Order: sequence, then structure tokens, then C-alpha cells
Amino acid sequence: MNEYLTLSMILFTIGAVGVLVRRNAIVVFMCVELMLNATNLALVTFSRQHGTLDGQIAAFFVMVVAAAEVVVGLAIIVSIYSTRRTTSVDDASLLKL
Amino acid sequence: MLDLVWLVVVVPLVSGLGLLVWGKEGDRVGHLVGTVASAVAFVIGLVAFVQLLGRPEDDRSVAGTLFTWISSGPFHVDMAYRFDPLSALFVLLVTGVGTLIHVYSIGYMAHDERRRRFFAYLNLFVAAMLTLVLADDYLVLFLGWEGVGLASYLLIGFWQHKPSAAAAAKKAFVLNRVGDVGMALAIMLMFAQLGTSSIQAVNATVAGQASESVATALGLLLLLGACGKSAQVPLQAWLLDAMEGPTPVSALIHAATMVTAGVYLVVRSNGIFDAAPVAQTAVVVVGLVTLLAGAGIGCTKDDIKKALAGSTMSQIGYMMLAAGLGPAGYAFAIFHLVTHGFFKANMFLGAGSVMHGMSDDVDMRHYGALRRAMPVTFATFGLGYLAIIGFPGFSGFFSKDRIIEAAFGESFWVGLAALLGAGVTAFYMTRLMVMTFTSPKRWLDDVHPHESPRVMTVPLVVLAALSVLGGVLVLGGWIEHWLEPVVGHTEHHELAVPAWGMSIIVTAVVAVGVALAWSTYTRSPIAGTAPADADVSVLTRAGRHELYGNAVNDTLVVRPTRHLTRVLVFLDARLVDGLVRGLADRLGDTSQFLRTPQTGYVRSYALSILVGSLVVVLALLAVTLA
Repeated sequence: MNEYLTLSMILFTIGAVGVLVRRNAIVVFMCVELMLNATNLALVTFSRQHGTLDGQIAAFFVMVVAAAEVVVGLAIIVSIYSTRRTTSVDDASLLKL
Repeated sequence: MLDLVWLVVVVPLVSGLGLLVWGKEGDRVGHLVGTVASAVAFVIGLVAFVQLLGRPEDDRSVAGTLFTWISSGPFHVDMAYRFDPLSALFVLLVTGVGTLIHVYSIGYMAHDERRRRFFAYLNLFVAAMLTLVLADDYLVLFLGWEGVGLASYLLIGFWQHKPSAAAAAKKAFVLNRVGDVGMALAIMLMFAQLGTSSIQAVNATVAGQASESVATALGLLLLLGACGKSAQVPLQAWLLDAMEGPTPVSALIHAATMVTAGVYLVVRSNGIFDAAPVAQTAVVVVGLVTLLAGAGIGCTKDDIKKALAGSTMSQIGYMMLAAGLGPAGYAFAIFHLVTHGFFKANMFLGAGSVMHGMSDDVDMRHYGALRRAMPVTFATFGLGYLAIIGFPGFSGFFSKDRIIEAAFGESFWVGLAALLGAGVTAFYMTRLMVMTFTSPKRWLDDVHPHESPRVMTVPLVVLAALSVLGGVLVLGGWIEHWLEPVVGHTEHHELAVPAWGMSIIVTAVVAVGVALAWSTYTRSPIAGTAPADADVSVLTRAGRHELYGNAVNDTLVVRPTRHLTRVLVFLDARLVDGLVRGLADRLGDTSQFLRTPQTGYVRSYALSILVGSLVVVLALLAVTLA
């Protein structure tokens, strides 16, 4: 089982580092997906370990939420791109005093 | 008519207010409406006076209440009036002289486009003054008192486009306010100590119910009020500046009516003053000082109106002096007030007529030889002159004589000062006559003196006749007898010198004054410009500067107040504002610091979320493991 968890940790770390260091919004977005799926993997693994279905149900919820998030997130990215001609997250930094 | 005597207030009041709101159409007839309103008030007053005369002696007082003004707990004030011998004389003086001045103003203000407004103010003034003299409650009297102050402010500053007139009006108003504080405090004290502000009740009960110190305080506070209105030292500084107003205003306010309000107040409050010898002495001192100060100013001014204003101060000083003498002087104070109202109004209007002919020049050094150019003005002014110096047979002779006599009855020194005042009066009035009418002409170019129109000279003639004949009031002791129900019996002090001897002494002193002025101002020609301050004696210099009244006020009041204001402004700006602003600034700085993490970069937010969740996880681990 530990192999699954190790894979999950590696995937999550890659995703987190990607979110922090990459500027391209699409890549950041993909990294977020990576983090979500790493979590899913961990949930499913724990579910198997404990012999209950709770973790699997939670994983389904995460997938549904991720799907919704993709819809909204991509829409935002597209509209930012259409107005600013860029997908860099650092350029969309006006929301401050 | 006696029950309707309050109409004398209502008629000019309604007319005045009406004239103010009436539009341009009112300009053609506004002055006539104002004059008629004043005349109607005079007729009502005259009829009421005659009816009062017809009543038995002990029934010569009509009181009434129009409505309840204030009723709150024990505090109850009625809009009450009282028409008694004293108010009757005042009503006749105010409306009579007032009407003549209205008539005169028709001519004097003929070319002023705001004439309707002027007459509205005159009417308001008359109404306020009548409220003052008819009031039967100190608070109602105060209403008239303030009304007079307001009307005088409006009239002195009538030519408000002149900065000097606007400043003079403000000055009169502010100095009057100082006196009004005394008045207001007196009324509060009355209510606190006696539970009422009714004039009758207060004067009847003050001797029995209040201690002498309360009566003294009341007397001194009322005296402060009287000093403000009557331009007595130390609140005299406004009167000379008030000559900035149109000349009929000077005649109305500063000769016949407003300045007499203080004397009226003292005489009306005789119950209080009789119970407070200290306050009476204060009144005498104020009267004496003002008498001599005013006379001194009158001797030195080259401005004809200011010379007359100094004279007014001085004559009001006489009245104050008499009023301070107690029952021995009340009647004479009022008698002199009435005769002074006649001859001073006459002379002020005469001065206005002179100015009218001299293109509004007021400097007597530019006058001279107007005797021929303005015969009517000269004749009427001359009669007023003889009256004020106390030429035997004229009204001033009787009235001033009585006051000097009463002053000698009080104390030799007071009498002597009053006698000296009579001599100085003769001096400065002769100086004025010589410089204006008899000396060789010193006219400026382009000045063509001419007699004033009939509408201005007729009031002069009437007032001149009254100045001559006013003395009949005292024949057979009529005025003393008439005022007895109000001021009590007049006691006569037996003097070392008989009355006729006193008259001779006074006349001799007056003759010396006249002779001195005559020789001074006819021996050598009068210079067309005044000698510089450095070339004249100390006394003259002091008189020219109005005895440094303005400087004294400036040093004692204005400048310390300014310093205080500056200190307060500093404290307010630095201490109070400093605290408040400092707190706000510190809050701002803190916010500024807290703002720095908000960069707008999504990735830095993501990092903080990551760090935050790491901390939470580690903390949870630490808790569960421990």
C-alpha cells in the first residue's frame, strides 16, 4: 500500500511546486488537477486499507467538484486571455490596493 | 383710547414690516406710509395722554395684558403694558419727535433709492422704543431694548457700502451687547430672588424681600445695561462712530430716543435704586464722568456731527447724574431728557440741513458764514443753541438749572462738576456756532450752500419752537407733580443759596464759557485744516481721540481676547486635533504595514495557503503525537 501513498505524495508535491513556480495559467491549472488527483489516489488507497467505502465516495465528490472547477476556471482563463492577450497569472495582479 | 394704547406700538410695527416686504411698487409712497404710521401713533399717544390728564391723580395708570407670552412652571411672563405718567411723556416724545424726523427724512433721503427701506427701519425703531417704554415687565422691556439695538444697527449701517458705516454699526451692536448682558443678568437675578420680572412687582418688593446686596447687584447690572444703551463711560465708544448713519438717524437714535433708554431704565427702576445706595452712587459717578468726558470731546471735534455727539453724551451724563440722585432728581432727569430731545433733535437735523447744503461735508473748518446762506437753519439752530447752553427763559435753562441745583443738594463737589459741565457746554456750542454760521467763509471750491427744502425746514421750525417753550413743563412744578405717582415725592434740599441765586451763578458760568469761546474763535481766523496733533495741547489731543476710549477698549478687551483666541486655537490645533489625528495616523500606518502581503500575485497567495496548511498539519500532528 505504501507505494500508492508514495506515488500520491510525489504527484501532490509536483502539483504544488508547479502551482507555485509556473506562470502559465493553463499549466497552473493542470498542476491543480494533479494535486486533486493525487489526493484522490490517497483517498482511494486509505479506503482500501480500512475496507470501507467512505474514501471512494469522497473521491467521487472530488472528481465532480474538479469537473465543475474546470468549467469555471477555464472560462475565466479564456476571458482573461481574450481581454489581455496573455495567460500569465502574474499579469492578472490588479486585485490589490 | 386708554385701553387701546398698545396700538401705538402695533401701528408703526405693522407699517415697518409691511414696508420691508412691499416690492418696488412701494417705493413711490413708502415714505408717506411710514410717516403717516408714525403720525397716527403720535395722535393715539396724544389722545391717550389727554385722557390720562383728565383722570384723578391717583388713577393715572393704565395697565393691561395683551397675551401670555411665556408660561412654564413658576416662570410666567405676560405681554403686559403700562401707560402711566412716565410712559406717557416718553410716548409723546418718541412719537412726536419721531414723526418730525420722519417728515424731515422725506426731504433728506429724497435721492436715496433705498428710501422705503429707510422708513421701514425708522418705523421699526419707533415701535421698538415704544415697546420699551410701555412694557410692564422687564422681559418685555428687554424685547424693546433689543429691538432698539437691532434697529439702530440697521440704521447706523444704512449706507452699508461704506466700510466705515458697516464697522460703526457693528461696533454699536457689539458694545450694546455688552450692556445687554448686564440687563439679561439683572432679569435672571430678579427672577431667582423675587420670583417675578414684572416691573411693578419687582420695584415694590425689592426693598422688603431682597437683601441690600441683591438690590445693589440688580442696580449695578441695570446700570451696565443703561451704560450700553445711553453711551455712558465705559461703554461710550460707539456713539461717535454711530454718526456714520444718515443724519436723521443721528437725530432720532442719538439725540431724542435710543440713548435716553438708559435714563428711562434707571428712573423706571427707582424702587431698586432707592434700595441700593451704592448703585445710586455708581450712577452719579458714571453720569459725572460721562458729562465731563462728553463735553471734552465736544470741544475738540471738527466734525459737526461728532461735536454734537459729544454734546449728547455730556447731556445724557446730566440725566444719569440726576437719576442717580434718587427721588430728588428723577423728575429733573426726565425733564432734561424731554427738553434735550427737542433741542438736540433740532440741532442734529439742523446739522443735517447744513451738510445737505455743503455737499455732505461735515468738517466745520470748511464752513463759515452760513448765516446768510441758510437763514432758516441758522435761526432754528440758534434757538436750539440758546436752549442747550441754558440761556435764561429757554427750556435748557430750566432743566439744567434744576439738575445742578439737585446736584449741589447731594454734595458740593458733584454740584461743582455739574456747574463746570454747563460752562464747557456753553464753550463747545459757541465754538460750533461760530465755526459754522458766523465766522468768515472757508468754503471749498464747487460748494454752493443753499437753504434746504420746505419739508426739511418745517420740522426744524417746530422743534425750535419746542426747544424754546419746553421749559413751561416745569412751571409751577408741573412735571414733578405729574411724575409723582411713578417716582415718588420729590424732596427739595434747602441750599445755602436761594434758587434764583443758583440760576444767576449758572448763567454767569455759561456766560464765561460763551465769552471764552467767542474770543478764542473770533480773534484770529480759523484755519481751513485742523492743526496737527503735535501742535495742540494734551487735552485737545485727548478729546480728538475721544479720550482714548478706543485705545482703552483695544488694550483691555480686544487684544487680550485675541491672545486668548490664539492660545485656544493653538491648543485646539495641536492638542485636541493632535490627539485625534495622531490616533488616525497610527491606525493608517498599521494598515499600511498590514497591506504589504497583498501583492495581487496569485502565486504568492498560493504559497501562503500552502505554508498555512503545512503549519496546521504540523500543529495537528504535534497535538496528536503529544
